Amino acid sequence: MDEKITRLKEELAKELSNIQSLADLDKIRVAYLGKKGSVTGLLKGMKELSHEEKKEFGQKVNQLKGAVAKAIEEKTEELREKEIQAEIDAMPRIDITTPVDLSRGSYHPITLVQRQCEEIFRSMGFTVEDYSEVVTDYECFESLNIPKHHPARDMQDTYYLENGQLLKSQTSAAQNAILKKYGKNLIENDVPIKAIFPGRCFRNEATDACHENTFFQMEGVMVDKDISISNLIYFMKTMLSEVFQKDIKVRLRPGFFPFVEPGFELDISCLICGGEGCASCKHSGWLELCPCGMIHPEVLKEGGIDPEKYTGFAFGLGLTRLAMMKYGIKDIRDLNSGNLKALAQFTDDK
Amino acid sequence: MFLSMNWIEDFVDLSGLDKVDLIHRFSLSTAEVENEIFFKGSDLSGVVVAEIKSVENHPDSKKLHLLKVDAGEDELTDVVCGAPNVRVGMKTAFAKVGAKIGEIEIAPRPLAGHMSHGMCCSEAEIGISDDNSGIMEITDDIPNGTDIKDAYAVDDIIFEVDNKSLTNRPDLWGHYGIAREFASLAGRELRPIDTDDLNTYNNLPRIDMKIEDPLCQRYSCLQVENIKRNVSPVDMRIRLYYCGMRSINFLADLTNYLMLEMGQPMHAFDSRKVEKIRIKRFDTPFTFQTLDGVERNIDENTLMICNDNTPVAIAGIMGGLDSEIVEDTTTLTLESATFDPVSIRKSTVRLYHRTDASMRYEKSLDPEMTVTAIGRFVKLLKTYDSDIKVDSSLTDEYAFRYDKVTLDFDKRFVDRYTGIEIDNDTIVKTLTSLGFGVNLENDKFSVTVPSWRATKDVTIKADIIEEITRIYGYDNFDINTTRSPLYPVRMDKVKSDEEKIKDILVKKYNLHEVHSYIWAYNDELKSLGIPVEENVRLANATNPNIETIRKSIIPTQLCQVKANTGYSPDFGIFEIGRVVDGTDSSNKCVEKKNLAITLFSKTKDIKELYTYLRDILATFTDDLKHRELSFEVTSPTHPYEHPVNLNKVILDGEILGVMGIVHPSVGKKIDKKANIVFAEIDIEKFASVKNASILYNEPSKFPPMTYDLSLELKEGVFFSSLKECWNGLGNDILKNTKIVDTYDTEEIHSMTVRFEFSSNERTLSSAEVQEVMDKIIANLKEIGVNLRG
Repeated sequence: MDEKITRLKEELAKELSNIQSLADLDKIRVAYLGKKGSVTGLLKGMKELSHEEKKEFGQKVNQLKGAVAKAIEEKTEELREKEIQAEIDAMPRIDITTPVDLSRGSYHPITLVQRQCEEIFRSMGFTVEDYSEVVTDYECFESLNIPKHHPARDMQDTYYLENGQLLKSQTSAAQNAILKKYGKNLIENDVPIKAIFPGRCFRNEATDACHENTFFQMEGVMVDKDISISNLIYFMKTMLSEVFQKDIKVRLRPGFFPFVEPGFELDISCLICGGEGCASCKHSGWLELCPCGMIHPEVLKEGGIDPEKYTGFAFGLGLTRLAMMKYGIKDIRDLNSGNLKALAQFTDDK
Repeated sequence: MFLSMNWIEDFVDLSGLDKVDLIHRFSLSTAEVENEIFFKGSDLSGVVVAEIKSVENHPDSKKLHLLKVDAGEDELTDVVCGAPNVRVGMKTAFAKVGAKIGEIEIAPRPLAGHMSHGMCCSEAEIGISDDNSGIMEITDDIPNGTDIKDAYAVDDIIFEVDNKSLTNRPDLWGHYGIAREFASLAGRELRPIDTDDLNTYNNLPRIDMKIEDPLCQRYSCLQVENIKRNVSPVDMRIRLYYCGMRSINFLADLTNYLMLEMGQPMHAFDSRKVEKIRIKRFDTPFTFQTLDGVERNIDENTLMICNDNTPVAIAGIMGGLDSEIVEDTTTLTLESATFDPVSIRKSTVRLYHRTDASMRYEKSLDPEMTVTAIGRFVKLLKTYDSDIKVDSSLTDEYAFRYDKVTLDFDKRFVDRYTGIEIDNDTIVKTLTSLGFGVNLENDKFSVTVPSWRATKDVTIKADIIEEITRIYGYDNFDINTTRSPLYPVRMDKVKSDEEKIKDILVKKYNLHEVHSYIWAYNDELKSLGIPVEENVRLANATNPNIETIRKSIIPTQLCQVKANTGYSPDFGIFEIGRVVDGTDSSNKCVEKKNLAITLFSKTKDIKELYTYLRDILATFTDDLKHRELSFEVTSPTHPYEHPVNLNKVILDGEILGVMGIVHPSVGKKIDKKANIVFAEIDIEKFASVKNASILYNEPSKFPPMTYDLSLELKEGVFFSSLKECWNGLGNDILKNTKIVDTYDTEEIHSMTVRFEFSSNERTLSSAEVQEVMDKIIANLKEIGVNLRG
């Protein structure tokens, strides 16, 4: 019997050394250790043995079983490693220097700039308001201290509609409605009015690279008991520094707008030269950016707010102009062109 | 408007101050100054007054002369000169050797064989006028050799103020008003204007003058005779030229000078033509020739100055040709008046004629100024032409007076508005320097507004804040945040839905956001065979291509798609924009905010593309609302809509809009090979639908069971009718159904539907699943669906 065991061991060693695949190895495992396998077969001859011999032989077969299992296990491990190595060796180095496929959707640049401004103001506690594009003469002019025949109406070439309404020429057209919407909460609960209202405006004028009859502005107002010029400068400086992602110097000059008093033109230090003077700021070091001012008492009154008790500031920011400055868009008409060669570049801007 | 620093300094002593710095401060405190400041005379040196002592013809030139010139030196200088007006005894401006005129340095040089040691200059050459017809003729008695800059005010600093920034400041349309601002900024005294005492003529006869129309606020006039001077003094001409006006003759120059100095337009008539001055309008239109020779149409709204019934001038705009000062005029009638500013503005618009005078009148000039201006005019007239004689008393009718404005406020009001501390002394000093009367008692101010600011400019307390703060300087402000309490900020529902939809369309479906116009573009639509839909129109469109407001974004979007067909074989665009759906019962526009999507594809078949569009709408609806959209077939109402595939898009019972395939007749015009689909929904309606909350399903611990059915569908049987077969069946154990495979041949449309069963309480038995499936199969058979396999 020992002879058989030795022979089996030798045979196995020989067979294992020739094995190349896990599948073949599995066949060997079955051939030796399976129900009808040769190791199992050894036990068949045990009937003829004595009790003592049986015991001894059983132990030997069990040892053999263990040894065979171990040898196969080792071989398995070896083959697995080989297979992985073979897979690695077969793997080519992939060319990732090929052009990247960036085909994806895009936002309109106004959306990107508008979102950015809205985010800044929302973070400072301003609500974002939406307003219609067709408005009444009252909303666009009368309520803003611009009565009929006021020269300020000449400044804006307004698109009038046949029914007497008009396409809003300025986002200020929403001011009266917003004062009325939040005035009650201000008066009864001391909640300050803080709102911005981005929107599309229309001016009846010929278009060229710098002029459009359809463009976006963003108006902002803040009204409370003691809102001051000092506060106005603070908010404008903070907001613009956030928009341009750097510390912006601002300066105010007197400016005349019927719906504010005092009214200002706000300049910022030139973004290109930083104030040194260059071609884009006409060598002044400053860029005229947005009109602003303290809300005119008549405008507050018209909005149902007592100007003796409350003060506020308002400003208007040209979103279209901002987008053009930010992205270096030279022709304003590109924005409404629907031309995807131009517009598809604005994938995101976070 | 160009301003002269010399002129300003007539009225305020600015010696020792940096003028350029003051101009910058003026720009920050008063009105915008253009960037370029002109330093007149700075590029001129070595030019002196010289006398021509002899003139000889040049032997080799017809044009040139050989001169001997006395330039105030020991010896006469030899000069070759080509000017036509040279003559012995004439004084002129002479650039000596070494003189600099702009970039040129004068050196001795031969001219046709003769050396010239210097150059006689024209006024244009030394930059004091545009006269280049001959050399400058100096008639004033000035010693030879005197530097021209000492003789005349050639050196000056000229700056330009943007007229637009002066619209609300009638007082700043002349140098005197500007000087007041400089005085305030520099903390120096403003000198009073030097005028002739008009009271001395009170015994002379009145002019026959009468205001017959309320549009004339004040009319002041005076008659003057024996004016001999014809050419204006050099210094006056230089100022006019530097400020952008051409010298005409002494009288015309003087009226212009007065206007530039005081901001008061004046007019001089030939007295023979205005014996009976009447200011009125006419009932019937007529034509009138103004002094520029143009015939103008005058209507019943235009105020006229008349000689009894004969019009002689358009009030506040321009005089008539017939009453102009001519060569044999000996007596003139001087007009100084104010008119209703709105009327003047409207008249200039009607006449298409804006003048320096009307520009000022539009701003609401101070009527108090008319008499002062006459006093100043006579003063200057006497200075430069001593023989003149006034031969009427001042005739003045003051028909309309602006209310006196007094404003009361306290220190607290100023503090509240400014947010910084500006002390009482500074407030009083600032306001006083600007001409306001100030009374201060216990922190209470009572401020009287000067007449030149009271015509419309300063009417309320907030206006006073501007006066105080602008002179204080906004650059000097401490800047502070507010101390308002904080409250949560809620995002508007429409707005937040809009932004989320944009993100999904861009990020998930690769669509491109575009913008377009609110009106229909007639020509572009015509090229697609889409007529412009009747709607509200623009009343004053200047471009006939854009008269009608759009009812839908889709036609515009189809035009945009057409313009982009070369961009890519597959793309989609969207816009969230406004449309107007006619007017309501009160004739107000019904404005809507719509989301429009158009997909263009040369690779997807039409079924795939249309389903894809459906998926886009359903996906963002599910994302934002946790609700399902439903679709209902509808008939086209527009030529671009497909007769078969057009669906209403419905959410929670609300019709949001439509989606459809583009009608082939329009589609072919865009691209013969592409498929195009569109959708347009009302975004405000969408936002108003409340979102269903997420219903959490605890994941089952028991194994699910699936059951696949392969179905053969006949043409026209929709999935929606299949759903009817299992709706309500399954006792809560049928959790989900989905299509896992589809297979189409010409005749038959087949699909495999997977039914997913599970329970949270137990392991399901095949029997109970089979029981449900049997019912479903029976229902399916009932509607004629065949089971395969």
